[in-house]
Amino acid sequence: MALQDLCNFGDIFQESVGTARNVMAVGQRKSCSYATGVALSNSTSLFHFYIPEACYLDESPIQFGQISTMQSSSGIPSQETLPIPSSLPESLPFTSSQVVPLPFPMAHGTTTLAFMFQGGVLAAADTRSSCSGLVACPASQKILPIHSHLVGTTSGTSADCALWKRILSRELRLYQLRYGRRLSTRGAAKLLSHMLHPFKGTELCVAATLCGWDGGEPDDGCRAHKGSEMDHGESRETTKAHLEKTAGAPGEKVSVSKTQSSSFTKQQCSRRKISFSGPSLFYVCSDGTRLEGSLFSVGSGSPYAYSILDQGVRWGLTVEEATSIAREAVYRATHRDAYSGNFVDVYHVTSKGWTRRTREDLKEEYYREKEKRRLERERRGTTFPG
Amino acid sequence: MLSAQGFGGPGKMKEYHYAGAVENRFSPYAFNGGTVLAVAGEDFAIVASDTRLSEGYSIHSRDSPKCYKLTDTTVIGCSGFHGDCLTLTKIIDARLKMYKHSNNKTMTSGAIAAMLSTILYSRRFFPYYVYNIIGGLDEEGKGAVYSFDPVGSYQRDTYKAGGSASAMLQPLLDNQIGFKNMEGVQHLPLTQEKAVQLVKDVFISAAERDVYTGDALRVCVITKDGINEQTIPLRKD
Repeated sequence: MALQDLCNFGDIFQESVGTARNVMAVGQRKSCSYATGVALSNSTSLFHFYIPEACYLDESPIQFGQISTMQSSSGIPSQETLPIPSSLPESLPFTSSQVVPLPFPMAHGTTTLAFMFQGGVLAAADTRSSCSGLVACPASQKILPIHSHLVGTTSGTSADCALWKRILSRELRLYQLRYGRRLSTRGAAKLLSHMLHPFKGTELCVAATLCGWDGGEPDDGCRAHKGSEMDHGESRETTKAHLEKTAGAPGEKVSVSKTQSSSFTKQQCSRRKISFSGPSLFYVCSDGTRLEGSLFSVGSGSPYAYSILDQGVRWGLTVEEATSIAREAVYRATHRDAYSGNFVDVYHVTSKGWTRRTREDLKEEYYREKEKRRLERERRGTTFPG
Repeated sequence: MLSAQGFGGPGKMKEYHYAGAVENRFSPYAFNGGTVLAVAGEDFAIVASDTRLSEGYSIHSRDSPKCYKLTDTTVIGCSGFHGDCLTLTKIIDARLKMYKHSNNKTMTSGAIAAMLSTILYSRRFFPYYVYNIIGGLDEEGKGAVYSFDPVGSYQRDTYKAGGSASAMLQPLLDNQIGFKNMEGVQHLPLTQEKAVQLVKDVFISAAERDVYTGDALRVCVITKDGINEQTIPLRKD
C-alpha cells in the first residue's frame, strides 16, 4: 500500500548489515533502529527517519560511543555490530524516545483561510514566515498546489508542510495512475490524515486545508454526475479580468489546467454510488483532526480573519466579491497579528483547475487605507486622529 | 572538545548564581558561529562566508571557511554546528557522485537544492544544526540562491544571509539589493563588481557588531567561466 510505503519504519536500509532489501511486506513493522541519513536509491520509501536512541543523552560524555556488553541500546552502533532492535514499542516508534532539545526555533505563525462559494473554492494566505521573533522569509509560499484541481494551504512548521504536501502530491499521482481517476478531496484529506497519524505526539506540526474541485472527468461512464451543479457553477463564473496568471516568485510556474469537462456524460449508473462533484474543502491537522466544512481559517491570525469572513461570506458571492473579502480578511489579520504580514496570495479553484492572483503587497494597502481615512476626515472636517 | 565550565548550552552564557538544582545534560549540539551570504545576479552568483570558527568564548580557528564547492556551477555555504556541516557536505558530495555515475550528468543547482531538502528532512527528529545557503547558476545561466532552514524548508531567493549575523545583514541586503523601504530610488540591476563590493562592505559591518564573525572573508564568485575565490582580511578581535 502506498501508505505503508512511507510510514513503514521497518523499511530502513541498514548499510552496515549489507543485506539486500526486498520490497517491504505489507504490515511488517520492525521496531525502531538506526538508519543512515542517506536515503539511497534502491529504497521505495521517500524517507528514512533517523531517530536517536535517547539513552545516550543521559550517559556521561566520557562513555559516549563506547559499546558496552549490556543488552541493546547503549552507545551508537559501530560498523561491526548489528543494529539490535531496541526495546521501544513497535507501533509507535517515536513516543518513548526523548526528543533531542533543539538549539534553534522553527518557523511558525500565519494567517490562512479558505471558503466555498458558488464560484468554487477560494484560498488566501499571507506570506510571512517567522521564527520566534525574526522574519525568516517575507515572501514564502503558504498555498501549495497539489495537483491541477487541488490546492492546499499550509500552517505550522514550514518544512513539515512543504514536505508532506510533496508526499501527498506523489501519493495522489500514484492513485491516479493506478486507478485511472483522481482521488476526491475527501479521499486526499483522509490520506493525509492517516499519513500524519504515526507522528502524533511528536513535534511535527501541520495544519492544512485542502481545497479542491472533484469530479468532471470524462470516460467516467459509471460515475453519476450532479450535472446540474457543474453547469450552474460554470455559468455563474464571471470574467476573471483581475485574476492574472503570472509567474510569481522566480522559479515558480502558474498554470491553469483545462479539464476536459465540457463534454462529460451525464449517465447514471445504477450499480454505483452517486459520487459528489463540485467544490470541496477539508481541514487536516497533525494532531488527527479531519473536518469537512465550507469555511476555515487557520493560524495565529485566524481569529481576526474569522471576524471578517463570518460577516461577509455567503454562497451567492461573485468571484470579485469573494476575492475582495478574502483579501480584506488577510489584510486585517496581518494588521493585528505580529506573525502575519507582507504579501497576500489568493488562489481560486474551479472546475477548470486553479488560478492564482498576482501576489499583492499589503504595505501599499495600509497606505491606501490611511490616505482614504485622511481624505474622509478632511471631508467631514473633524479633527479626530485616524 | 567541550569545556564543561562556562558552557551553558549552545551560544549561551552560564549563569553564576544559585538557580536551584541544575541538571547538566549532554547536548549533542554546539554552536560554532560564522556567517554566510549569497547573492544572485543576472549571470553570476556570489557565495561569501567569514572564516572564524568559534565556540563559546574561544576561537578554534581563524581559517575555516564555510563555503564548499559542490560542482563547477554550485557552491554551498553552511554555518551552525561545524560537525554537522562537515558530515552534511560529505553526504552531499557522495550523493553528487552517485548521481553522476547513474545519470551521467552533473546535478543542477535546483536539483541539489531539492535533494538537500530531503536529506535535511530525513533527520526531522534529530536535525542537522546547519543553516545552508546554496548559490549557483541555474540551467539558463542565471544566478540562483536557495536558502534552507535546518529541517529542509527551502525556497529560491535573490539574496540571503544566514548564520550568526544574519539578523543584522538581511535588512541591509533588503535595502541595498532589494531596494526595500526606500522611496524615489532608481532600481538599477546589480553588476558583478558592485555586488562583490557590497558583500565586502556588508561583512565588514557584520564583523564590527557580531562577535562570532571576523578574521577573514572568503568570497566565491560563480560565473559560466568557473568559480573565482578571493580572501579579504577582516577584524581579528
